[in-house]
Amino acid sequence: MAPVAPRSGDAIFANIERVNAELFTLTYGAIVRQLLTDLEEVEEVNKQLEQMGYNIGIRLIDEFLAKSNVSRCVDFRETADVIAKVGFKMFLGVTASVSNWDAEGTCCSIILEDNPLVDFVELPDTCQGLYYCNILSGVIRGALEMVSMKTEVTWIRDVLRGDDVFELQVKLLKQVPEEYPYKDDE
Amino acid sequence: MIGVGKMKQYTNVLDKPLTKGKQEVSLSAFAFLFSELVQYNQTQVDNIGELERRLEDAGYAVGARVLELLCHRDKGNRRETRLLGILSFVHSTVWKVLFGKVADSLEKGTEHEDEYMISEKELLVNRFISIPKDMGTFNCGAFVAGIVRGVLDGAGFPAVVTAHFVPVDGQQRPRTTILIKFAEEVLHREARLG
Repeated sequence: MAPVAPRSGDAIFANIERVNAELFTLTYGAIVRQLLTDLEEVEEVNKQLEQMGYNIGIRLIDEFLAKSNVSRCVDFRETADVIAKVGFKMFLGVTASVSNWDAEGTCCSIILEDNPLVDFVELPDTCQGLYYCNILSGVIRGALEMVSMKTEVTWIRDVLRGDDVFELQVKLLKQVPEEYPYKDDE
Repeated sequence: MIGVGKMKQYTNVLDKPLTKGKQEVSLSAFAFLFSELVQYNQTQVDNIGELERRLEDAGYAVGARVLELLCHRDKGNRRETRLLGILSFVHSTVWKVLFGKVADSLEKGTEHEDEYMISEKELLVNRFISIPKDMGTFNCGAFVAGIVRGVLDGAGFPAVVTAHFVPVDGQQRPRTTILIKFAEEVLHREARLG
């Protein structure tokens, strides 16, 4: 069978089932509120959000690969492009852009102008250290780990803290070669 | 760094223009998020009753906000004050906005005066969820029950709202019914208003 050409983010988004973004936003708000009540420490909440994102990411990558038909990315640049153009569009309905590549091509910034997670949200003074969208950094880290890339994802700019856009820095730590799950001699 | 054109900055979130409510995200994004909500709560509780209560509390917060948002945006700052009015608001408007369709049915309970039921063949939140046998009657629809309770409470109709599975002949997955039991004062008020 001839390989199917990768579909653009818009085309995929038009073909999958969608729900109202407000339900999504409000549910995410309820989750963050629950975490803040339970854990109280803002750092703990950040960690928990990242962990939840990680759990989502490791499953999300399967659906992403199945629906988007992208071929194996040649290098990290292509990976970042695919995440920003296809991945974000497919799941959140927004397009991100990639910039700030470093010299080796292992570190870049993904910039989000529009973010459905933060509609209606304002950070109170007691939660100034909170990375409200930290679930996104976990999702990216989890998804990339499942395709053999160990990364570190951090927030550079955050609209809720007064910046103008959301900026995520994705840094490739290392490529983990795929390991065959069974030992040959067993 | 290249100067990026700054978007108009709103210092106060209340000054930002309200969205039209037409933006969408993928169903799977919501399903993943909801599954994480349930999984996280499972680690925090010891029994099913607690789990249902926590899901309901999460839904309550959503419901309270949905009421404010819809009344302001779609209803021109008017809110229903009669029982049937608020029930049909929940059944049609709220359901349409949150789940993309009106609820399957709205019925009045036959045994008790204060009971009403909203039924749905398959709740959106339950679509990708299967309940293991040892969890008995647990229903993730408790989240939706919480949303309904949030809307009703915010509108001045305190009620106890629960979600139940109702097996249907000929269908593999049971139907979900949201049972609404209004407080005494609501019925008294309704009777007074005639």
